[in-house]
Amino acid sequence: MPHDGHHDHEEGSPLPEIALRVKALESILVEKGYVDPAAIDAIVETYEIKVGPRNGAKVVAKAWSDPAYLERLRRDATAAIAELGFTGRQGEHMVAVENTPPLQGKPGRHNIVVCTLCSCYPWSVLGLPPVWYKAAPYRAKAVIDPRGTLADFGVTLPKETEIRVWDSTAELRYLVLPMRPEGTEGWDEARLATLVTRDSMIGTGLALSPERVA
Amino acid sequence: MNGAQDLGGMMGFGPVAPERNEPVFHAPWERRALGVTLCCNALGEWNIDINRRTRESLHPVDYLGSSYYEIWIKGLTRLLAERGLVNPAEMEAGHALEPARPTARPTLKAADVPAALAKGGPCDRPLDRAPLFAAGDRVRTRNMNPAGHTRLPRYARDKLGIVERRHGAFVFPDKNAHRLGEDPQWVYTVVFTGRALWGEAADPTLTVSIDCWEPYLERA
Repeated sequence: MPHDGHHDHEEGSPLPEIALRVKALESILVEKGYVDPAAIDAIVETYEIKVGPRNGAKVVAKAWSDPAYLERLRRDATAAIAELGFTGRQGEHMVAVENTPPLQGKPGRHNIVVCTLCSCYPWSVLGLPPVWYKAAPYRAKAVIDPRGTLADFGVTLPKETEIRVWDSTAELRYLVLPMRPEGTEGWDEARLATLVTRDSMIGTGLALSPERVA
Repeated sequence: MNGAQDLGGMMGFGPVAPERNEPVFHAPWERRALGVTLCCNALGEWNIDINRRTRESLHPVDYLGSSYYEIWIKGLTRLLAERGLVNPAEMEAGHALEPARPTARPTLKAADVPAALAKGGPCDRPLDRAPLFAAGDRVRTRNMNPAGHTRLPRYARDKLGIVERRHGAFVFPDKNAHRLGEDPQWVYTVVFTGRALWGEAADPTLTVSIDCWEPYLERA
C-alpha cells in the first residue's frame, strides 16, 4: 500500500522519497529536452478538469433516453461514444455492458469491471481510475468474490441476480450501463446524468435514486 | 510472467477501501508522475506492452508495497535506463551527465497534447487470416507459464469456457512486449462459470469473462 500518505504535502514537512524522485526525474528529462513541462501541465489539466466520469454519465443518460442511441451503443460503443465527443487514450476500443432487471422469470444481471493484471480503465469516459481500482484488494477479490466486493461498497444485490465480472485483460475497455432508477419518467438527459455515479459505471455501485439528488 | 501483478483470486488483502469524494490526485507529485510518464511514452522508445512488462518485473515485494504511481515511476526509471535516455548515475546526481540522444519520436509539445490524447493508441490491426473460433464455441485456455509477458491470468489457465464474442485482431502483447513485432491475433471474449474457475464453493450466479488472444485458446 502507498508509503506516503494519501494527503497533500504539508508546507514545511519533508517531501517523501518518491516525490523527490519524480522531481529529479522531471528535471533531468526537461534538461535533456525529452519532456516539455508545459505538456505535463496540459496532460494534468486534461484529466483533472476536462475528462472524468461526467463524460460517461452523459453516455448512460443518453442510452436511457434514446433507444436508437442505445442500439448504436450495443453495436459499436466506440463510435456511439465518439458521437458525444469522447474519444482517445484508453477508450480506443469500447464495449458497453448493460445491467438488466429480472424479466419473465429470468434473473436480472449485474456487471462489474476489473483489471486483475494492471489497471486498465476507460479513461475517455471515466477519467483516471480511483486508487481502490488500481490497488490489490479490488484486483484480487472482484473475480472470486464479487458479492463480498460489492458489500465493501455497501451494495447488496438479490441473491438470484446473475453477476458477470469483466476482467479487461486485452485492449477492450468496458463501460457498465446501470439500470435507470424508478421515478425518473420524463427526466431529460442532463437531469438523468446527475444520477449516474462513477462507481455505477464500473459496477461497484448503482445509479442513485431520485430522492438522493433531490 | 507469474509476477505480483497477476492478482485475480489472491486473498488476504482485506476489504476494498473506497474513499469518499476521492480527489483525482492525492499529492502534487502524482500529477507530475502521470505527466512525465505519458510524455516519455510519446517518445516512441517503447510500447504499451513493454511498459506493462517492465512494471510487472518489479520484485513482488516492491510491486505490492508500492502505490500505482510509484509502480509507474519505478517502471519508467528502468525503461529510461534501458534505452539510454536517463542513466542511473544521472538519477543519482539529479541532473544530466550525458548529452541527449535522438528519440524515435520528437518531444511531445504542450500544443500537441490535446490531439495526442484524443487520438490515443488504437491496437487493432488488419489480419488476413480466418479466425479459428466463433461465438458459442467451447474452448480451453492453455496451460502455460511463460517467463515473459502474457495477458492470460493464472486463475484462468487450463479452464473450460465459451467464446461469447469475437472482436477484431489486436497487437499480441506476448510478442510485442519483447520487441518481437506486433504479430496481430484475433481476440475473443471467453466466459467461464464461477465453478469452472473456483470450484464447487463458487457463487453459482457468477460468470467471469476475460479477453483472450487466439494463441491462448484451444478447442474443447
